[in-house]
Amino acid sequence: MKYDNAISDPRKDQNIFNMRVLASTFILLGLTSVILFRYYDLQINRHLDYVTNSNKNRIHIRTVAPTRGLIFDRKGQLVADNKPSFTLNIIPESTEDLDALIAQLNGFLSISKKDLARFSKRVKRSNRFDPVPLKYNLTEQERAILAVNRHILAGTEVSAQLLRHYPQRELLTHTLGYVGRINDREIRKINPEQYRGTDFIGKIGLEKHYEHMLLGEVGKEQVETDARGRVMRVIGKKDPVAGKDLTLHIDSELQRVAIDALKGERGALVAIDVKTGGVLSMVSTPSYDPNLFTSGISQKQYDKLIQSPDRPLFNRALRGQYPPGSTVKPLFGLIGLQYDIFDMDYTISDPGYFFMEGIKRPWRDHNSDQGGHGNGVDLAEAIIESCDVFFYTIGVKMGIDLLSEQSAKFGLGGITGIDLPGEKYGIMPSKDWKKNKRRQGWFDGDTINMSIGQGFMLTTPLQLAVMSARIASRGVPLIPQLVKSINGKEVKPQLADTIIDYDDQYWDYVHQSMVDVVHSKKGTARGISKGLSYKLAGKTGTAQVISINEKEKYDSSKIAKNKWDHALFVAFAPADNPQIALGLIVENGEHGSRTAAPIARKVIDSYLSSYNTTPELPVTSVTTSEGI
Amino acid sequence: MYKDDFVRQLNTKGGDRHQNVLQLDFTLIFILFALCMTGLFVLYSASEQSLYYVKRQATFMLIGFAGMLIVAQFPVRFWERWASLFYGSALIALVAVLFFGIEAKGATRWLNLGFSRFQPSEMAKIAVPMMVSAYLSRRIIPPKLKHVAGALLIVAIPAFLIIQQPDLGTSILVFASGFFVLFLAGLRKRYVAGAFIGSLAAAPLLWIYVMRDYQKQRVLTLLSPEDDKFGAGWNIIQSTTAIGSGGLSGKGWTEGTQSQLNFLPESHTDFIIAVLAEEFGLLGVIGLCGIYLLLIGYCMMIAKNAQSQFAQLLAASTSLTFFIYMFVNMSMVSGLLPVVGVPLPLVSYGGSAIVTLFFGFGILMAISSEPKRIGTWR
Repeated sequence: MKYDNAISDPRKDQNIFNMRVLASTFILLGLTSVILFRYYDLQINRHLDYVTNSNKNRIHIRTVAPTRGLIFDRKGQLVADNKPSFTLNIIPESTEDLDALIAQLNGFLSISKKDLARFSKRVKRSNRFDPVPLKYNLTEQERAILAVNRHILAGTEVSAQLLRHYPQRELLTHTLGYVGRINDREIRKINPEQYRGTDFIGKIGLEKHYEHMLLGEVGKEQVETDARGRVMRVIGKKDPVAGKDLTLHIDSELQRVAIDALKGERGALVAIDVKTGGVLSMVSTPSYDPNLFTSGISQKQYDKLIQSPDRPLFNRALRGQYPPGSTVKPLFGLIGLQYDIFDMDYTISDPGYFFMEGIKRPWRDHNSDQGGHGNGVDLAEAIIESCDVFFYTIGVKMGIDLLSEQSAKFGLGGITGIDLPGEKYGIMPSKDWKKNKRRQGWFDGDTINMSIGQGFMLTTPLQLAVMSARIASRGVPLIPQLVKSINGKEVKPQLADTIIDYDDQYWDYVHQSMVDVVHSKKGTARGISKGLSYKLAGKTGTAQVISINEKEKYDSSKIAKNKWDHALFVAFAPADNPQIALGLIVENGEHGSRTAAPIARKVIDSYLSSYNTTPELPVTSVTTSEGI
Repeated sequence: MYKDDFVRQLNTKGGDRHQNVLQLDFTLIFILFALCMTGLFVLYSASEQSLYYVKRQATFMLIGFAGMLIVAQFPVRFWERWASLFYGSALIALVAVLFFGIEAKGATRWLNLGFSRFQPSEMAKIAVPMMVSAYLSRRIIPPKLKHVAGALLIVAIPAFLIIQQPDLGTSILVFASGFFVLFLAGLRKRYVAGAFIGSLAAAPLLWIYVMRDYQKQRVLTLLSPEDDKFGAGWNIIQSTTAIGSGGLSGKGWTEGTQSQLNFLPESHTDFIIAVLAEEFGLLGVIGLCGIYLLLIGYCMMIAKNAQSQFAQLLAASTSLTFFIYMFVNMSMVSGLLPVVGVPLPLVSYGGSAIVTLFFGFGILMAISSEPKRIGTWR
């Protein structure tokens, strides 16, 4: 107080200043402690949290698409492979003016409205650092244009990926199926982790059935990215595992023979290796090019396929259901013999008509106008000449239960178990079936219709082939299989869970009858016997598409072609040591003998000639002549 | 008398006052050298290992160092005498910048001098404590209320002008540097308490009347950075992540993923401490703080031993201001304070800040080199 008015008192001033410096020093040290405590808290106490955050920032998992497994035919020819395809992507973050860039690109390579719409939809959804596809399947020319103008197209990049390709085009379509972009429905079913590297999935056919094997395992790369999402380096990686390669039993050459033989027709053919159950050929005509679907089919192309009256998208071999007609006669005869309904000496007389007690309306034979097959018709003759009245007679005797139960063992009325999705069951009628489906009891008349493969009965061409293979192999219930080996490892032949234990004498009898269908003078398929160097066993069939009135007569010239009878044929060869069995149908082909049988011969000829000259396949030298 | 001194100084080049021809303080130079080297070392890593920024920064340091040596050759009384002229020039420059300044990033902070660009607020950082020191050193200690008011006016005018640019951070720092002089001059405790309470009371007023939306946003971001992860919150999230992931000893020089992969923004300027913290860990942070405290402690010693009241006040307030730069920068990067544009002294890249800092150290060197007049005060 004393010095209040003084100008200054140096000593006092110095003290005040020193005290303030001291106080400042304490404050300063205090504040420094606050900072250091903050850094201690961040760097020591919460260190691990921040390490996690920092790694999340920079480390990302990038997926590497596995290569889809290849598919080969039995001779090693590639039928499904992967070809590089180029996509134009835009990275929105790296562009200055997105709309201007797209306008500029549109000047170089026309971009469709569909592409643009999909692009703008995806731009909104994705991270701005991620490339968004604008145009798929760039041509070589388009890639060159983009490369030349790269300097003015900042934010664009061309990426390569592998696209499924089917070099045989329409040849194996219905068997192979195809892959396509995963759709909304599929995305809910799949494990997204497995599909992180690819946009494609098997849609139908083998591509769908073996999807899990063909897909492979997605590879993962742990990459370090900077703040803009650019990859700086790869930290760790797990290589993708390529999908497994499939080798098929199918022979592309045989497939070509079959498809050429069926040219211009709507039809289907399935040929099976009798020894293994391997499917040698599976054809449904008309076919189409599956490559259309892999890169996204245009609406116009799709409409053309779906609106065609010939229904090219329909796999007749697997899903077409037709009355088998007379092709089932050898089987029904065989069942009758085995179950002692009649014996090999049993004969009937055929006036051309069959009358059943209590029913006025007769069942006609196909040659009723010529007075039928006459007296003394035995089973062999009934098969060779395709006598209906014989089968009407024994059909009623056998009854539906026996027929139904035994036919099922030969693959009729059920799925065969082939390695393809979407197989149809056909119909092998039974009392229960009629009760459930038609709410009616079973009549003997139903059995009579069925005994010549008409009535309620429906079969797929695949089932006919299986039936014929099981007859050929004397009852070995092999399941038809398309895939011969997976990654070089043989797939063992599969047997159905059934036993067909018939007497050899009956097999011999029926086999001989079927040989005579082709080789005897009266055989319905005698037309194809000329020049045969081996014994071909077969059976013709004709299936009605419309029912003909009792008094009318079927006359193709008076009906539209799409109401003509279907022509069918089942066959196996060589008869004494069967290698190949087949079933085929030509829609509205009218006559099994004239239309279907020649197709079967072409296919069998081709197979046996290549079979006999292909050294890699074991040629069975034990060709025991059964002597019938 | 001052004039005579000045003339004699010029004529004799200090020959009769000093033993040395050049006024040098090798301790100060050594500490500054250590700090600058540390700064360049971190800057190399922070600028994507390019020598471009390092070379430019080194050039600024050399210019600053030369400037410091020149400034140190002027006697302290020269600055005391011409403080008001220096202060006046700063005010004119600050007014000029509002009318003729170059606009960049929404603020007008630069004057174009033709040959070079110049930031008047940097000048104010030196001029304000110098003027307040000169003003109070001629007044009794502790200052009376009217002198306190006078000092506050000296501070408030440039602070107000700087807010107009707008540059709230620098304005607060300029205000603080002036206030430190008042505090060191013995401002009565009740005034200190009053200033503390007053600044708390002023906060809502600042919020409503002074602060712009982007400034408010920075404060809100500090409170909850996760609200706008990729926008306003990005900087602070990335800098705390960089610091935290550094741990005790860091990821190693040039190995910091946050800084090297560009997650950390402004890594070579305002946020450079995060690079150091990430790559050298807590030990690096403690080491840097050690150098800073050594420098500040040494400057406080210079202040304590200074030969005039003006010199004492100026030296001590310059030291405290230097500390405040460091404190504000390290706090804002670690999320303790809102992000205001305050660089880490002598480490962050930036020419004008470095030149200004060296100017201040030049005055401190002049003060420390003055002959001791033991037992006398003035």
